[in-house]
Amino acid sequence: MPHFQSILHPAGIQAARVSHLWWVMFWICAAVWCAVALGAAIAIARGHRGTSMASERQLGTSVAIAGGISVVALVALLFQSVVTGRALDTLHSPDALVITVTGNQWWWDVQYDHPVPSLRVTTANEIHIPVGRPVRFNLFSNDVIHSLWIPNLQGKIDLVPGRLNELWLRADRPGVFRGQCAEFCGLQHAKMALVVVAEPSDDFERWLAGNRAPAPAPITPEQQRGKDVVERGPCAMCHNIAGTQAGGRSAPDLTHVATRSTIGAGSLPNTRGYLAGWIADPQHVKPGNRMPPPGLRDEELQAVLAYLETLK
Amino acid sequence: MTRHEGDEKRRRDDAGRPALSENDPRLEPARLDTERRLLDRTWANGRGLIAWISDTDHKAIGRRFLVTAFGFFTLGGILAGLMRIQLARPENTFLNPDLYNQIFTMHGTTMMFLFAVPVVLAMGVYLVPLMVGARAIAFPRMLNYGYWMFLFGGIFLYVMFFLNTGPDAGWFSYPPLAGPEFGYGKRSDVWAQLITFTEVSGLIVATCLVCTIFKLRTPGMSLNRMPLFVWAMLIVSFMVIFAMPSIVISSTCLILDRLVSTHIYNQAEGGDPILWQHLFWFFGHPEVYIIFLPALGMMSEVIATFSRRRVFGYIEMVLSMAATAFIGFGVWVHHMFTTGLPQFGQSFFTAASIMIVVPTSIQIFNWIATLWTARRLRLATPFLYMASFFFVFIIGGLTGVMLASVPLDRQVHDTYFVVAHFHYVLIGGSTFPLLGGLFFWFPKMTGRMMSERLGQASFWLLFVGFNLTFFPMHLLGLEGMPRRVYTYQAAMGWERLNLLATLGAAIIFVALVVYLINILVSLRHGAVAGDNPWGASTLEWATSSPPPPYNFSPQPTVASREPLWHTELTPPPIVGLDPSKREVLVTYLLDAEPDHRYPMPGPSLWPFLAAIATSGMFVWSIFQAQGVVWGSIPIFVTLVGWFWPTKGKKALQHGVHGRLALGDSLS
Repeated sequence: MPHFQSILHPAGIQAARVSHLWWVMFWICAAVWCAVALGAAIAIARGHRGTSMASERQLGTSVAIAGGISVVALVALLFQSVVTGRALDTLHSPDALVITVTGNQWWWDVQYDHPVPSLRVTTANEIHIPVGRPVRFNLFSNDVIHSLWIPNLQGKIDLVPGRLNELWLRADRPGVFRGQCAEFCGLQHAKMALVVVAEPSDDFERWLAGNRAPAPAPITPEQQRGKDVVERGPCAMCHNIAGTQAGGRSAPDLTHVATRSTIGAGSLPNTRGYLAGWIADPQHVKPGNRMPPPGLRDEELQAVLAYLETLK
Repeated sequence: MTRHEGDEKRRRDDAGRPALSENDPRLEPARLDTERRLLDRTWANGRGLIAWISDTDHKAIGRRFLVTAFGFFTLGGILAGLMRIQLARPENTFLNPDLYNQIFTMHGTTMMFLFAVPVVLAMGVYLVPLMVGARAIAFPRMLNYGYWMFLFGGIFLYVMFFLNTGPDAGWFSYPPLAGPEFGYGKRSDVWAQLITFTEVSGLIVATCLVCTIFKLRTPGMSLNRMPLFVWAMLIVSFMVIFAMPSIVISSTCLILDRLVSTHIYNQAEGGDPILWQHLFWFFGHPEVYIIFLPALGMMSEVIATFSRRRVFGYIEMVLSMAATAFIGFGVWVHHMFTTGLPQFGQSFFTAASIMIVVPTSIQIFNWIATLWTARRLRLATPFLYMASFFFVFIIGGLTGVMLASVPLDRQVHDTYFVVAHFHYVLIGGSTFPLLGGLFFWFPKMTGRMMSERLGQASFWLLFVGFNLTFFPMHLLGLEGMPRRVYTYQAAMGWERLNLLATLGAAIIFVALVVYLINILVSLRHGAVAGDNPWGASTLEWATSSPPPPYNFSPQPTVASREPLWHTELTPPPIVGLDPSKREVLVTYLLDAEPDHRYPMPGPSLWPFLAAIATSGMFVWSIFQAQGVVWGSIPIFVTLVGWFWPTKGKKALQHGVHGRLALGDSLS
């Protein structure tokens, strides 16, 4: 198994704490199970032979002792859980990177906060974070309840319409991880994933700066033709490409779509072939998603693909 | 003392008193024979379809409930099989996402509302009156109405499902997904209204059981002599009565939001989608214990019988069940740890969710103590099912402790880890004991034994298949597989474990087919059971198998907790109930001292007609608000017919306080 969406292979402090808690609980519970199963098996074997002569008083004492042990074990588990819960709260820090994630049926809108609005970075379905720096996610939903879950980094928290929820995490090693919506959110709940790239600070800053820039201008005539189709065709109704006339807000931002590794919220790899298939018939791979077939001619489709590939 | 009071006292003394001695002339065999013939005639149900529909015998209704609930179990199981086929390999196209979402919603809804709860209540309907030595259940016509409501609700759900209008927002139907903004068509209305059907049915059965247990116990069966299964059903009935109002309110508000645009769950208009979750889980978590506690009661009965000794620690067992029920109402927020509620509040629910383990573990230890000192424990099929509880359920119980922890829950919540957890709890903790219990009481219900060989075969198949299906799901959850996904990518690496689970599901299917074959074959060819084939201690084994419509003649009394094991203590049976009327003996709540005789209503078609009228109104009202108004008229008409006062002699029977004039008894 690849373990890029795994609770037991933590890549950050929060997930590591929970993973530790899991193993503590696992071993205690495993011991309890063995003890009870063994007790039951011996009791059945003895009862089958019918030889036991324990008095009711002895039985009472044994049950009381067993009950006492379970209470102690349970209190230990409760204690461990509360300690972990408190430790998870200690990550809060004023110099955290703030990212706003908004859930939509069935994709993630991602915005990197900045005091200057024009320097905010908007992207979708892919989150880059610097290794070693705490990150605070502000979570909203535009429609139904979703849940942001990146198992290698932190437990999930719901995106509830009308509420603001927070999620704190910190990646401690670089890597590419996968997250997935964990609250049933309708038809394509299964295909609402996202990619999380944890990278060294320098790489992250470079990525952020790159994404802050508006979309690069097309160079070849085909790319220019693609841009025209996007701006005048149906694409611009929903998608935004900063620096162009495409200013829709109800679908993933495409300003730097070529830098992302997946399309369709983690449904497909972002290659020219898959992208062509997706644009030609968006309802094929992810039926029910909000993108209607744009009805492009072959030549238009090729032009749009050529243009989208420049959006780095 | 006035003359009137003297009469009263004499009546009380005579009615339902045990015979004075074994030599009471009213206990002569010839007289009892005459009485039985009269009883046969009085309690007989006519032939034909109308008589069948009108039947008020709790055993007939209980059997119907069981058969219907197992019918829905089969449907829910088939849906589960379809899901397992879909998930057997990545990117499978066996089911499309829309159908998959309907199917998992239908599976959960069916198993919770149309199988698990009705089936345990049905066991209570069949067994409780027999166990407490009563001739009938309280409010038998209302019970009949409750059965038809359950059946019509289930049929309604499946008809809508086959019309492609099956609910698709999960068995928990969270708004806004299930609300008017995002829940298109009538799908979520169907779900919400099915809940209304099952609420009506569940509340009715609970009421019947509470009244039967409180007022119809045979003399001598004080509260502290009640069988543990009866205690379990009493506690569960109260849980139903306390938990159901919450879902009544929440599902009604959902329908109102959808039908007449109230904005109760709409945050944009000042409502709150989280409110739904509180209301739903305030019902939803006790629901788990409603399913679980009757199984514990069955465990106790079977373990006692096969160990040939009383269950160790009766009072602790009863208090444990009561404590579970009580704490069960204080843990609902552990379903909502990821919604972003304040931490301090959450820790209270963590503590409660961990604390609820204590009473269950006390019961487990008491059973182990019982088995430890058993007298030649028999390892027959019913016992095997109960014994598997120790190995299977406990896994579910322990993962439940893990889920009570907020940090850990936030990782595994809504993953296959949780799917594994609650199937271990519900199948291991309820379905296994239920199948064992069914095997155990089958001879009482049918007069024939089930085949031991087929029984063992189906048990071991089920045991292996169950673990093969659900154990890998723990690992899938830890490796990040969320619940309620119709497919996954090959790159996720979940394929092998999913395939294993699907293989296990196939084995479960075979096991259940063997179980069904066993039932069908044994119905005709099983060995004749006799009254008490297992040598059990409780009163249902004191009468013939299957019992006559009036359960007992003469009605037994008890002087110990295990009346059939201490026959030397057993006082003479009841005399003085009028065999020419459907009379039952009402007793006092605590000590079951005789109070008065009460005539039970006989068969009637009205409950069936009322159920049709009510169902019509329920279905109409999800399409048009005025259905509530106009649809109520037929209900009113059928209820008037149902409660129309009867004249003459019959009216006398319903006299003041239900007290009867004596003098027409056998003596």
